[in-house]
Amino acid sequence: MIWNETKECMSRDEMTALQSKRLVKQVDNVYHSVEFYRKKMQAVGLEPGDIKGIEDLYKLPFTTKDDLRDNYPFGLFAVPKSQIVRVHASSGTTGKATVVGYTRKDIETWSESVARCITMAGLGHEDVIQIAYGYGLFTGGLGAHYGAEHVGATVVPQSTGNTKKLVTMMQDFGVTGIMCTPSYLLHIAEVIEEMGVKDQIKLRAAICGAEPWTEKMRLQIEERLGIKAHDIYGLSEIMGPGVACDCEFHKGLHVWEDYYLPEIVAQGTYEPLGDDEVGELVFTNLQKEGIPLIRYRTKDLTSISHKKCECGRTAARISRFRGRSDDMLIIRGVNVFPSQIETALLEMGGVTPHYLMIVDRVNNLDTLEVQVELDSDTFSDEIKEMEKLTKKIATAIQHAIGLAVKVKLVAPKTLERSEGKSKHVIDRRNLLD
Amino acid sequence: MVKQLTVFIENRVGTLEEVTKVLSENNINIFSLSLADTSEYGLLRMIVASPEEAKKLLRDAGFSAKVTDVVAVRLENKVGTLAKLFDTISASNVSIEYMYAMATSKVGAIIIKVSDADTTIDVLKKNDFMVLDQESMYELN
Repeated sequence: MIWNETKECMSRDEMTALQSKRLVKQVDNVYHSVEFYRKKMQAVGLEPGDIKGIEDLYKLPFTTKDDLRDNYPFGLFAVPKSQIVRVHASSGTTGKATVVGYTRKDIETWSESVARCITMAGLGHEDVIQIAYGYGLFTGGLGAHYGAEHVGATVVPQSTGNTKKLVTMMQDFGVTGIMCTPSYLLHIAEVIEEMGVKDQIKLRAAICGAEPWTEKMRLQIEERLGIKAHDIYGLSEIMGPGVACDCEFHKGLHVWEDYYLPEIVAQGTYEPLGDDEVGELVFTNLQKEGIPLIRYRTKDLTSISHKKCECGRTAARISRFRGRSDDMLIIRGVNVFPSQIETALLEMGGVTPHYLMIVDRVNNLDTLEVQVELDSDTFSDEIKEMEKLTKKIATAIQHAIGLAVKVKLVAPKTLERSEGKSKHVIDRRNLLD
Repeated sequence: MVKQLTVFIENRVGTLEEVTKVLSENNINIFSLSLADTSEYGLLRMIVASPEEAKKLLRDAGFSAKVTDVVAVRLENKVGTLAKLFDTISASNVSIEYMYAMATSKVGAIIIKVSDADTTIDVLKKNDFMVLDQESMYELN
């Protein structure tokens, strides 16, 4: 099923023409509406008239997450605040959030994007769709919700938390589709099995995202629940979930190119790369009004293909992610930067800021253990006090990153010292299977 | 009051050996010890000759080590002695955090970490217990 055949199956020439027209308009818009972009373009001697089509895209300067933070909260907005109908925010390295704003039209664009994904997963207005992403500042819940309403499905805004209740409602409401993180869906599968209600579940399809997962995990979900599982991609800076999704052939995720112009650039040099070459994914918002970003560096590593897909869509496909070009980790759908842990330890005092994060996936749920070096002066001869210290560290870290962690105290100077942050993380999740 | 040396022990093969090696190489005798173990780590508590020096040596060797005050009491090898000791301590409203024993060929002693060492020493002395100091502790050997 295809939600918007005109856009999803447009010929390459027509798509290029549409993208060029929109890009020219968008560049003109940000030059005049956002001081940050005007200054940035002027610094490299660019004026709106220099951008005549997507062939000129490479001339434009990049935008990074730091730019969003530096212009916190609304500095990159291109419309007056009176036109912003909603904001979302995600965590950043320094604790300062990156804030994005949406106009009424942006919400429509977003809903349309998610609607295309939902339809691609074979769901529509006859379906009952449970949204089991968190609702709130995180774009997952509301983004999926609006898309599901847009296709006319019956939406159950479940959010996360009480999984037994979720399963009971899944049974009672005859839920046929679900949108959540893949690890949470596997947890739901476990609860369904524990409750022994698998034969009373009508679930047909799942659209999962917000955290990296493997093809193996996708197949495991399909087999375990007897459903079709699809991978949805998005990031709040560009819109939220629904920027791309994979079709029934699962050979990459179709990007809604009429809204989000994708590029792949080489790591280090940032030179544009061709099809099937692995580099950093970069997006330009062609239609966004609230906070239109130009050449936003996602830090996600992937490759792109413009070949027509077996499903009939011509929308370009990005391959499964190969990792990230920075030190951000996505754990249970939450963005975590190692530096957040360091800051929390320093603020807490009484321990050294030497730590090691061990990320793993146990029973399909991401786990995070943080090893912290003990300070010779603050440790205690009493177990009771040591346990108190462990708990205090765990609470401080949980406050900083919003995730429960297991803290392990280790002897001083046992953790490897390094300037690079990579030495602070061991990721055992093996996401490339 | 007696000085106790506490060392943080990671759950890893060879850690205890490394700690005791530092002490033996520097000719520091261990009179008594106890190991409190958790699933993640252990705390090795020891009564040693020259605890401050031992602490410094262990820290230099990369260990977390500290010195704390504990109470040491000499005990008769007789039925009911321990019960009487605990009765005395609890009567003064002091709680015991942990303890361990020390025995030589001649006598026994018990080392106790309490919430209030001064009160404990007072009441024990009043009740005719033989509370040991660092020197008399070493002399037991």
